[in-house]
Amino acid sequence: MSSQVPADLRYAKSHEWVRLSGDVATVGITDHAQHELTDVVFVELPAVGRKVSAGEACAVVESVKTASDIYSPVSGEIIAVNKAVSDNPALVNSEPYAGGNFFQVKLSAPAEVDALLTPAAYSAQIGA
Amino acid sequence: MSLKRTALYASHQKLGGKLIEFGGWEMPVQYTSIVDEHQCVRNAAGVFDICHMGEVRVSGAGAAAWLNSVLGNDIRKLAVGQGQYTHLCNERGGTVDDLYAYRIGETEFLLIINASRIEPDVAWFRSHLPAAGSVDLTFTDESAQTGAIAIQGPKVAEFINALFPGASLGGTAVTTASELKKNQIGAWKWNGETIWVARTGYTGEDGFEVVAPVAQIVDLWDKTLEAGRASGIKPSGLGARDTLRTEVCYPLYGHELDENTSPIEAGLGVFVSLDKGEFIGRSVLAAQKANGVTKKSVAFRMIGKAAPPRPGYPIWANDAVVGTVVSGTQSPSLNCGIGLGYVPPTLTEPGTTVEIEIRGRRFPAEIVKKPIYRKA
Repeated sequence: MSSQVPADLRYAKSHEWVRLSGDVATVGITDHAQHELTDVVFVELPAVGRKVSAGEACAVVESVKTASDIYSPVSGEIIAVNKAVSDNPALVNSEPYAGGNFFQVKLSAPAEVDALLTPAAYSAQIGA
Repeated sequence: MSLKRTALYASHQKLGGKLIEFGGWEMPVQYTSIVDEHQCVRNAAGVFDICHMGEVRVSGAGAAAWLNSVLGNDIRKLAVGQGQYTHLCNERGGTVDDLYAYRIGETEFLLIINASRIEPDVAWFRSHLPAAGSVDLTFTDESAQTGAIAIQGPKVAEFINALFPGASLGGTAVTTASELKKNQIGAWKWNGETIWVARTGYTGEDGFEVVAPVAQIVDLWDKTLEAGRASGIKPSGLGARDTLRTEVCYPLYGHELDENTSPIEAGLGVFVSLDKGEFIGRSVLAAQKANGVTKKSVAFRMIGKAAPPRPGYPIWANDAVVGTVVSGTQSPSLNCGIGLGYVPPTLTEPGTTVEIEIRGRRFPAEIVKKPIYRKA
């Protein structure tokens, strides 16, 4: 099963993606990750205003079988969460890079983004 | 410890099965999606690899009496070609294993035991065998040479006679496999070898479990998928097997049952025959039935929006922890969180509200009558 790895995003080893717009990063999980999870039935999002550090667990995604932590790939403040995905968790499966995103972080250390995996490096990690 | 693989390992890989560890075995948790496979079994048909499960054969004139001294249910109730759900208990009334016992001949019994319990069960059975030569009894662990598949779902009866043509050759005498009634077992030939076909399962749907020599399993699996194609059969993994059995509240060893939990506490007293005569654990189970128990198995469903309950989550009532979730998942049939857990007997009445602690927060749940899901 080949997974999509969009060229305009950066990736964490733990299978989150980051889309940068100015100093705000939108975070979600990758197509590969949703394939592995299948059947997402519940998403728990962080509180708006929470300060997170890169690598910190701040959301939970649950499939039928298990609960998995979602880690923020970047440090900063949660400025928005995607309520649509907590209302309709199946969006994580159907649109992992669009409607299935999790939250937005206002970056406190923008240079962290450069340390994230490039699409090529993430593709290599998942063998895509 | 390296994981054991069933005869169907290569088949699972070819079908895109996602393999996980279960009871020391490398087994498919799903092929496409747990929800798809669950719905397929509820609405059409699914086939499961259950080769990891153990098979024990007990035969001889003394077999029935000996089995009745170690198992909880009354084996004398079984006519040839019938099976029953039963328990192997320790002296404390705790459960060594839960299993199916089939009478496949006048003095011959086939026991189907849990994969994770093969070694402890066989050791337990052997340590309780009568002195050698004192009784006509042969005990054989056939787990390594025997495999099994489960064919489950409301449409299985459409193709079972095409898969196993003709009349049974042993067990219950039927002219076609679909004439077998629930818990009946019959013998058929497969490539010249004897296989056993039992109308039972672990999903709450109609279906059959087929026990066969390991060498026949791949062919059986392939022919089952072929025979069931028009009925929409899908290979189904342990993930769906777990959601299906949880919805209908069938116990899973290591969750609802263990060596410190009795069948009475698990709400399975109907499968324990206290008046059949002495058997290991009987006096403790009888006392529990007469005097009550301190913990009892209940089924619950989450009220409102909540994450699915999971094994190990605390159960709260009146601001105190009163028990633990032992099985929990999102129900694909009901589309809400469901589970099984142990609570004090005062909290078991359907309609009672409890709370399930999920990641440090408490969410309301309602105790419901078993099974949680019942076919409309």
